[in-house]
Amino acid sequence: MPSKAAVSRLSTLGRWRLAEILFWLAAAASVPLLTEHHLVLTEIAIIALFAVSLDLILGYAGIASLGHTAFFGAGAYAAGLFAIHVTNDPLLGLVAGAAAAAVLGFATSFLVLRGADLTRLMVTLGVALVLGEIANKAGKITGGADGLQGVFMAPILGRFEFDLFGHVGYVYSLVVFFVLFVVARRIVVSPFGLSLLAIRDNPLRARAIGIPVNTRLTAIYTISAAIAGVAGALLAQTAQFVSIDVLAFHRSADALLMLVIGGTGYLYGGIVGAVAFKVLQEILSVWTPQYWTFWIGAILVAIVLIGRQRIGNGVMGIWARLLGKGGAA
Amino acid sequence: MTILFDGIAYGMVLFVLACGLSVTLGLMNFVNLAHGAFAMAGGYATAILMNRWGWPFVATLPLAFLVPALIGVLLERTLYRRLYDASHLDQVLFTIGLVFMAVAGTDYLMGSRPQLIRLPEWLSGRFEFLGMQIGRYRLFIVVVCGVLTVALQLVLNRTRFGSRLRAAVDDPRVARGLGIPVERVFMITFAAGSGLAGLGGALGAELLGLDPLFPLKFMIYFLIVVTVGGTTGLTGPFVASLILGIADVAGKYFVPDLGAFIIYTVMIVVLVFRPRGLFVRS
Amino acid sequence: MSAVLETNALVKKFGGITATNAVTFALEKGARHALIGPNGAGKTTFINLLTGVLEPTSGRISLDGKDITNVKPEARVKMGLVRTFQINQLFAGMTPLQALGVAVSERQGRGSDWRRVVGTKATVTDEIVEVAERFRLIDVLEERTGNLAYGKQRLLEIALAFACKPRVLLLDEPAAGVPEAERAELLETIARLPDDVSILLIEHDMDLVFSFAKKITVLVDGTLFADGTVAEISNDPRVRAVYLGEGEHG
Ligand SMILES: Nc1ncnc2c1ncn2[C@@H]1O[C@H](COP(=O)(O)OP(=O)(O)OP(=O)(O)O)[C@@H](O)[C@H]1O
Ligand SMILES: [Mg+2]
Repeated sequence: MPSKAAVSRLSTLGRWRLAEILFWLAAAASVPLLTEHHLVLTEIAIIALFAVSLDLILGYAGIASLGHTAFFGAGAYAAGLFAIHVTNDPLLGLVAGAAAAAVLGFATSFLVLRGADLTRLMVTLGVALVLGEIANKAGKITGGADGLQGVFMAPILGRFEFDLFGHVGYVYSLVVFFVLFVVARRIVVSPFGLSLLAIRDNPLRARAIGIPVNTRLTAIYTISAAIAGVAGALLAQTAQFVSIDVLAFHRSADALLMLVIGGTGYLYGGIVGAVAFKVLQEILSVWTPQYWTFWIGAILVAIVLIGRQRIGNGVMGIWARLLGKGGAA
Repeated sequence: MTILFDGIAYGMVLFVLACGLSVTLGLMNFVNLAHGAFAMAGGYATAILMNRWGWPFVATLPLAFLVPALIGVLLERTLYRRLYDASHLDQVLFTIGLVFMAVAGTDYLMGSRPQLIRLPEWLSGRFEFLGMQIGRYRLFIVVVCGVLTVALQLVLNRTRFGSRLRAAVDDPRVARGLGIPVERVFMITFAAGSGLAGLGGALGAELLGLDPLFPLKFMIYFLIVVTVGGTTGLTGPFVASLILGIADVAGKYFVPDLGAFIIYTVMIVVLVFRPRGLFVRS
Repeated sequence: MSAVLETNALVKKFGGITATNAVTFALEKGARHALIGPNGAGKTTFINLLTGVLEPTSGRISLDGKDITNVKPEARVKMGLVRTFQINQLFAGMTPLQALGVAVSERQGRGSDWRRVVGTKATVTDEIVEVAERFRLIDVLEERTGNLAYGKQRLLEIALAFACKPRVLLLDEPAAGVPEAERAELLETIARLPDDVSILLIEHDMDLVFSFAKKITVLVDGTLFADGTVAEISNDPRVRAVYLGEGEHG
């Protein structure tokens, strides 16, 4: 039946394309091939995971946030404190980071969901600021402005010890990133993920076809927070230190910038953006060490003026071509 | 009591700083996170004129207004106006970009050290009045800002310009049809708002400090004033500024451990439960 | 026959305007019922109250005898009370296939399933096939919703509601704005809606109303003005005076 064939194409949403597989093979190849860059690659994996978590709420559910780093920071501090006070097993630490961020995400989702766009931007910003202020003032626990010192991690699974050059740290971060990416990817092509797109496009209609809008948004906000928390936890564990900078406003802005560069709503935008952002940052900070943020700002301004949509379409066009080929192969 | 007075002075500076934003955000519905950059421009204008050229403090104030106002006109004409119809997220990204540029640019040009402004003799020190220790400079601020506030109210409510602005904001299409030069009204409003921010930056340099991070540090304060104060007039933001000023000064004095925690929390609570401002009758 | 959907003295005020004025109304099981009235009579507001988009100022709504006045909109949908919109409310960034996928998955209670790729369950795809065929959407399933011809968008508007398996379907001017060439297809699908679905149709087009409805209710200024069979209403001089005389510009 032709109708059946047409409808069965719905599930092709979930199929892995060739370009995606190539991308992840390339990422795996960076482990043996780019050994001297493992430290910076670790950073990229972490901020990419963070950007992907933001894409889940911004690109899929349409929730704009100016304070997503609240969850990144919560995860980082939770993992750091967990390592110091409970156990320094890395995987349990990730769970602790995810749990702390998820609880925070769940609790604040109710504040965020109440308002419209502008209110959301400010409430999210406010939540991150409050957290930053707490971390700053609770110096006895968090180390305050000096950061949380003394985070020593046990070997991963009891076998792989973190080394000075960050080799183990990179493989660890990459594997965690990949696993969570696969989860996120599955989420966005599931009925749940598609219902988020429906909410993003038209919440009124979403309700009218029976979608419990607020419940769904709370769910994805919590999931996104948990993933951001894992990203923060990874940073705490690989750096063996938590700087108060994990809660700084610029981190939220950077993640937005990454999504603006890479595009929202297809998950890989966060990765493309993270790579581009880090490369830019490296180049600019060699060229003009103190003032590279000027150019980051200029890029943001330029992108918005040219039009995110237009740039996004361009990027998506390239991707579509790549993916199209992938689909045919 | 001294704290109360200091808080009032602080709040009044905040109001002058933020009132421009309450017009662009509240009335023109444009999220300008870079508002603090204009304030910083005013502060630096005063600092440069005084420290490098030896101008007296009071003489620099008109320029602290004019310089950011001119920058405002320039940016409004070239960039901002393109985004009046854009989404809030785009406006936010754009103005965050501007903030980053302003912060790094100022750092590059002026160094990262805080700028000191030496107040003239007749404005420094304190005197006693009815048992209160009153700083001369703070009194000066209260007077200047008070006059500005009254003047603003009069301009908005009593002049032709004020009614044109309100018409232009209400419905730009209709206003255009009535022959109101909407573009120009917006431009002047934007410039005046930026200029006032600059004046606030100059007046407040001594109270708030002045360094390249100023736009980031105080962004949230401006947003609090506008969101808590609501957007239906200037009275709301004015009251909000005073409360914020007093709360912040008192908070830092009595419970320094809590820091800015209280005011952020208050902002969130207000946003969540009274999203249109604390003083709007619903 | 017994009523599925009832309202009792339903009132909605917008500031000074009373958009719905003490409306007591009943929709019978399996009904083909039309709700007519001049522009601004309060028809859409009435639907918004029934579906929970708006909260009534006072009065009660019940479905199958159960009070649903305080039930959330999405829960009412799950109870079988579904509506379409006068102005298209579609998912512009999704394809009709994806939109139907969401609606059907939700209807089957899989909306919160995040582990399975959408459309891998035969029960879901079978139902999508059924809806898409009924509403002639098979050929455009993978186009962007925003690029569809207006008539197709209108069909999708109803298809999305139908995918929720309504027992009561509220159609708000389904044919509004559809060009003549695409009209026949639309009217036919409306005529072929299953008999066991109780339908309330809002419409300005009298030909459609007379051919479709068995009963007609007239709403004027938020107030129930007349109520009766097609013959009764079309011969009621009061109705002719206030409504049918000016019914041409709908
Ligand atoms: N959200 C609202 N706020 C204020 N007034 C409203 C609102 N919705 C509807 N109204 C008013 O209620 C009255 C009824 O409007 P409604 O849309 O229900 O009419 P209608 O019968 O559907 O008209 P039409 O045939 O044009 O679709 C109108 O006067 C309208 O202006
Ligand atoms: Mg209507």
